[in-house]
Formats: sequence, structure tokens, C-alpha cells
Amino acid sequence: MATTPNKPAAAKTSQGFVYLPLIAGWLIPGAGHFLLRKWIRGTLLAVSIIAMFALGLAMQGKLYTSAQDILDMLGVAGDLGGGLLYFLSRAAGWGGTPVQTTVADYGTKFIVVAGLLNIIAAVDAHNLRTGRKS
Amino acid sequence: MHPSHFLAVLLFALFASTVFGITMRDTPPKMFRYGAYCFVLFVGSVIVFSWVMFLIAR
Repeated sequence: MATTPNKPAAAKTSQGFVYLPLIAGWLIPGAGHFLLRKWIRGTLLAVSIIAMFALGLAMQGKLYTSAQDILDMLGVAGDLGGGLLYFLSRAAGWGGTPVQTTVADYGTKFIVVAGLLNIIAAVDAHNLRTGRKS
Repeated sequence: MHPSHFLAVLLFALFASTVFGITMRDTPPKMFRYGAYCFVLFVGSVIVFSWVMFLIAR
């Protein structure tokens, strides 16, 4: 019986650290796709997520910093999805504190959703890296 | 920055649809179609529910 080289196994061993695009994509929007040389996808993702986060801040949206109840915990989890955007914004003291206008409430949602979209983008980069998606 | 409510909806729909299109489909034509589909659903559902709330409030 002829033997053929086991290509999937060979590919698996040459993958290296497969979580790098996931972590890079979480820290910097689009960076996971840039690592995989998906320039256009990475640029579109970075522009969309960073613009959404910046618009949220510009609308005086609130950055969740502590969790008093379950909704605050979900807000913190969503904000954390923004990676370095969230940490830098907190360090700079950006974002409104109490939500006083409807637009500021929209801004808070923009920031949370930007974080959640960034997580989706980072997982997509991981799937590209592992070959689950082309 | 104080955009109108509808402009906020349009921006939200544009950015969310872009990410959905890229991450949920494999090829660029399918990505574009799915992104456009999500955008229309976002904006369309907002318009429909806005009219529903307007009619309920009357």
C-alpha cells in the first residue's frame, strides 16, 4: 500500500502560535487580519470598529469602569472587547460619566457594540488562522 | 457631537453591517451582499418600529 504524506498533520505542526491573530485582533482592531495579510478586510474592520468607538466617545458615551449590577457587568464585558481602545480611553479619562442625554446613551451603546464587534472580528481572524474559514 | 437619531441609526447600521458582512461570509461578493442585507434589515426595522411606536403613542 502506497503511503502519502499526512498534509493536515504537517500543516498543523507548522502553524506556530495560532492564538496570535486572536490576541492581536482583540488588542488592536483589524490587527489579526493584518497578521494574516488580509489587508482590505483588516482595514475595513479597523475603520468600522475604531470609528464606532470614537463616535461613541464623541457623543459623550459612558465607559463602564465598575460593575454595580448585572447590566453594568455586561457593559464592562462589552467595553473590554475594545482591547487597547478601552484601556487607553480609560487612562485618558475620556467618555462621559452619567448619561444625561439620549445621544449620550446612544454613545454608550456605540462603545459597547464596538467592543463586541471587535471580539467577532478577532474570532474571525482566529478562524482564518486555523483554516476553519478561507 | 449631537447627531440626529436617524443619523445615529445609519452610522450604527453601516459599521455593524460591515463587520457582519466580513466575518460571516467567505468570499467578497457574498460579504458585500450579506453586509447590504444586514444594513437594510437594521434601517428597515428601525423605520417600521418607529412607525409602530408613533401609532401606539397617538
